[in-house]
Formats: sequence, C-alpha cells, structure tokens
Amino acid sequence: MKTTTARRGAIDRLGAVLTLVGVAALVCLPFVVFKANRILPGDARSLSQVLPPVKVLTFYGILILAGVTALGIASARLRLAVALVAVAALALTIGAAGDALTPIGNKVVRVSPGTGFWVLLLCLGLMATDAITRLRPGPGVRVLFLGLFAVLAGAAFASGILDHLSVMREYEVNASRFALEARHHIFMALGSVTAAVIVAIPVGILCHRVPRLRAGTLGALNLIQTVPSIALFGILMVPLGALAAAVPFVTELGIRGIGAAPAVLALFLYSLLPVVANTVVGLARVSPATVDAARGMGLTNLQILTNIELVLAFPVILTGIRIVLVQNIGLVTVAALIGAGGFGVFVFQGINQTAIDLVLLGALPTVALAFSCAVLLDALVESINRPSL
Amino acid sequence: MIEIENLTKQYGSATVVDRVSITIAKGSITVIVGTSGSGKSTLLRMINRLVEPSAGRVAIDGKDTTSEPPHLLRRGIGYAIQGHGLFPHRSVAENIATVPRLLGWNAARTRARVEELLRIFQLDPGEFAGKFPYELSGGQQQRVGVARALAAEPAVLLMDEPFGALDPIIRTKAQDDLIEIQRRFGTTIVLVTHDIDEAFRLGDRVAVMSQGQVLQYDRPAMLLTHPADAFISRLTGTGDRAMKLLSLTTAGAAAEAGAASGPKVAAAATLREVLSELVWSGAPEATVVDADGMARGRLTLAGVLAHGKPG
Repeated sequence: MKTTTARRGAIDRLGAVLTLVGVAALVCLPFVVFKANRILPGDARSLSQVLPPVKVLTFYGILILAGVTALGIASARLRLAVALVAVAALALTIGAAGDALTPIGNKVVRVSPGTGFWVLLLCLGLMATDAITRLRPGPGVRVLFLGLFAVLAGAAFASGILDHLSVMREYEVNASRFALEARHHIFMALGSVTAAVIVAIPVGILCHRVPRLRAGTLGALNLIQTVPSIALFGILMVPLGALAAAVPFVTELGIRGIGAAPAVLALFLYSLLPVVANTVVGLARVSPATVDAARGMGLTNLQILTNIELVLAFPVILTGIRIVLVQNIGLVTVAALIGAGGFGVFVFQGINQTAIDLVLLGALPTVALAFSCAVLLDALVESINRPSL
Repeated sequence: MIEIENLTKQYGSATVVDRVSITIAKGSITVIVGTSGSGKSTLLRMINRLVEPSAGRVAIDGKDTTSEPPHLLRRGIGYAIQGHGLFPHRSVAENIATVPRLLGWNAARTRARVEELLRIFQLDPGEFAGKFPYELSGGQQQRVGVARALAAEPAVLLMDEPFGALDPIIRTKAQDDLIEIQRRFGTTIVLVTHDIDEAFRLGDRVAVMSQGQVLQYDRPAMLLTHPADAFISRLTGTGDRAMKLLSLTTAGAAAEAGAASGPKVAAAATLREVLSELVWSGAPEATVVDADGMARGRLTLAGVLAHGKPG
C-alpha cells in the first residue's frame, strides 16, 4: 500500500504542529492535579514530583519517539503503531500517578488528569486518526479498529490501572447508577431514532410522490429543528402533563410531563427532518429511466418501490439515520434536565456540585458512544454504496 | 398484429396524440418518426399502457390491451428505452432475468435464457453475467437493455429511442444487430426515433408524426417518392433523396441475370454502396456475390441509376 505523503527528509506539517503543541503542553501545563477531596480546588503536580525517575524517563523517551515519528516518518503504519504505543504509555503513566498520589485505603483524595494530559491525549489521538486516514482502510477494517480500541479500553478499565483516577473513583461510587443511566441513554437515543425512521420513511416516500406536500412538510420539520432542545422539552411538558392528568391510563404507561416521554418525543421530532429529507433526496436520485424501465417491464408499483427505489435510495437514507443517531446520543444528555435520565444525569449533577470529574463521567461515555455509532454507520453506508449508485 | 384505432391522449386541453389509427403487421419493424413533442413517445407508451389513452383502443393479436391489469400486460411486451434504464444494483444476469422471474420461470430455464441472450448479443456469459451495469461500456449497456427486453420471448418489442445515446459507429452496429435479432425471433418491433435515417434503415414501415397526428404511414420508399405533404418532404430531405432511395434497395434484389465483370459487391450491400463502388473504381458494371462469394448476377451503372428515380 502506498501511504507515503512526505518525501524523505521533509518535515511532516501536521506532525510539526502536533509535536510543538505536545511539547508546550508537557512543559507549561499540569500533567496531573491533586485534590485533598472532591470539591477542593486542585493543586498541579509535575510528573517528576510524582513518579520515580525511571518511569518518568521511560515515558519521556516514548513521547520523544512519538515526536520524532510524527515529524519525520512517512510510513502510516509505523506512525499509527507509535501513536498507539504512546497512548498506552500515557494511560499507564496517569494510572501510575494516581496510584502514587493516593495513600493506601484513602477514598477521599482525588487525582485527576491535568490539562497537559488531555492536550497530549488529543495530539496522540490526532496522530493516530491521521495515520488511519492515510491508510485509507475499508469499512470492515475501520470497524475492526473500533472493536480493537474498545477491547483495549475495556482491558485498561478492567485491569485496575486507572482505578485511582478521579473519574474512576466517581464511577466506583456510582457504578449501579452508571449501568442504569447507560441503558436509559441508549434506550432514549435508539428508541427515538427507531420511531422517527418508522414515521419518516413513509413521509419521505409521500413527499417524493406528491411534490405539493414536499415544501410544506420539509418547512414544518425545519421549523421544529430550529427550536432549541431545552425549549422543546419545556414546550412538550405542557401537553404531555395535561394528557397524563386527564387520562390515567397514559400515566400508567409511564407518560408524564417530565421524564423520558417528552425527551423521546422531542428527540423523535428532531430526527424527522434529516430522515425525511434524505429519503426524498435518495428517491429523487434514482434515475427516472430505471423506474420507467421497471414499470415498462411489468413490475407493480410496490415492487418498484421496495425492489428498486428504496434499495437504491437506502445509502442516502442510512446517512440520514447516522446523522440523527449521533445527534440524539448527544441531545439525550440535555434531557437529564427534565428528569429523563441518561448520562446527562452525571453531567448536571457534576455541574451543580462543581465536581468536574462527575461531569466527565457523563461526558466521556457519551462521546465514546456517539463516536462508535458514527464509525459503525459510516462503515455500513460505505459498504452498501457501490460506485454506481 | 397490433391494431391502433382512433387512439387519443389529452392532457387538459392539450391533445398530445390525436385520433391515430394504424395497423402494425406481425413480425415487422415499424418506426414512428417525428420531431420532439410530436407525440411519438406517448403513442408508443399507450401500447403497453404506461400512458392510459383518453380515447380509442389498442388490440394486440385481436386482444384488447385493457382486458388485463397493466402490469400483467407489460410482462408480455418487451420494453427498451434510451439510456437503457438498467437496474444499477443488479448484475447483468439479474437484469436480464427480471421479467422471467416476474413470470415465475424456474431457475434453470431463466439461466439458460440469460446465457442464450448474452451469446446472441456477443457478450460472453462467463465474463459478463456477474458484472454490474457501471462496469460496462455504453454499447454493452444498450445491448443488455435490449436483451433484457427480449428475455421472456415477447411477441412485441417496444423501443423508445433505444440507440439515442450511442455514438455513430456503435449505433450502426446496434441497428444491424436489431435487424438480425428481429429476423431470428420474428418479433414485432415498434421503434420510436427522431432520426429519419434510422427510420429508413430499420423500418419496414414508417409512421411520420407531427402535432399528435400520423401524417403518413407507409414503406420508406413511398415516403420519398410519394410524400403526403411538404412536412414529410422537409423531414426526409430533398437534397439527397435519390441516394436515400438507392440505399433502400439491396444489390441482391436489383441484380440482373447474366455474365458479370467489374468489382465484386455483396448481395446485402445497398445500391447506394454499389454506386459508390462503381464511381470509385470507374467500372461500368459490378458483380453481385452472395455471402459464399458465388456470383449471383450483375449490376450496370444504368441499372443502378434507374433505381434512384421515383416511379
């Protein structure tokens, strides 16, 4: 595979930027922050204050290797390998710092990764994704990479090397809540998208067939899209609350003015536009000659729709579904404000308690979930998208 | 046989096809020619009810086309269009098998038919059956489009500008192939084109349409020698009408008996080509030979020229 983008001896431009930023982060920003308890302001520690010189030097050695690779090595595979090794070293080092700073048995002190850590992680992550992009992997390989990262991350959590870090401390305290909110989060995101797909595809087909409906429908859905999420949650609380009060059966179903019902409904409404619009665009993209030939050969209208039009439009429709799934995974976080649950619970609790670690406990899995779904659905879209379609 | 009686299509107040009555003989090629907007495509599409007539009737082999649901009617009629309309997500073999599958043919029969058609259209089944339309050249796509239209052995084949997207050389080849296939299967072909040369080349009979009406429906030679009105003279062109007329007769049909000398011309060649050969070689006569190279007769310059005169 030809992956060379830089000539021998030339300096890689992205590598130069990443190296500069990384060095600056290492020198100027705190790598690790120590707090005597959860809400006290932190106190920055440099690595040499925390870890024995051998570990510090090994870590710096790996970072220097990463910098040199980023600057001067053209092979994307090598760049990826070095970036991943450096990420692993970063994880081990921050874990070791957590261990070193936490007195045995003490559950009160908090050791958090400092801004220096996050910037370094960002630089190495960019170096790795850039290398993957240069490798131009097929959809299958990308899913394989995703699975590999998931396994590695899972192994890192399971091994306990990160257990003394503040985020993991928060997790330990909230472990059962975390599993529950994760289920809520996924249920609300997937449920709203599924419901939207079931409604939006027929609406899209109708808009395609009846051009007069198109502008009005897309305009109305567009209008919904412009309402901010919190406002929409609020607006929906009123009718749903009234409905629950008036019809006891509805309340028995768990539908109330607050909670999951308005959240899922709002997310459902947000999801309609991208799926309807993409269905219309996907169907419009099907060549009229293809449909004419199909009809001329004696396919029924239903056969033309299911065997020809929807199959040909499917990659575009799936792109719409990918957009709303990733969007909803993010928006569900806000739904915690109206008591709907999800990872947003930790985010808002954390904000209220000025406990940034708790915010991270909600934010990091949300990002990971959205990212994973994006990679999976992108791979799916690409694998069904033949060059002809 | 296709009988079209008083067929009319109106969209609002506009009459697109106006009381057209023509009878198309079984096993012939009929070409409907006209400018864009003349109603020729609409007329064609009313035969398989892609367009429902406002008035009039169509009968195929005596059976009214409205006697069965349109999708069942269409499965018995081949349909090929400009830009081929192949299904981009289906392989060549799957595309050709479309109508046999709709008709419930078993897999073995369908596969045998697909392979037969691919061979007839000079596409090696081993190489082409599994390919997708985007992997084919324009000419190959067009051939697959016609093969697909013929898959279920229809008695009638409707073609709407089927060669419109092809370059001139491939187009000529496709026209030759169509004539050969029509002879092989005896299919009744109705073809729409705006190209008068294509109409003359392919049509046993040509229907000239303008503003929804058929102005003249006749053998090509009659359009040249006895045009019904000035529009048809303009359409056929008067500048080279003698040459056009010569191109409608083959050397084999015009050959005279007797010992021959001069350059050899194929019996299948048109008189226009024979004349060109005589002018080029300076010879006063040519030897007409059949496909085996056996002399079949002779053609003198005067004999050829006589065919270029009306009457």
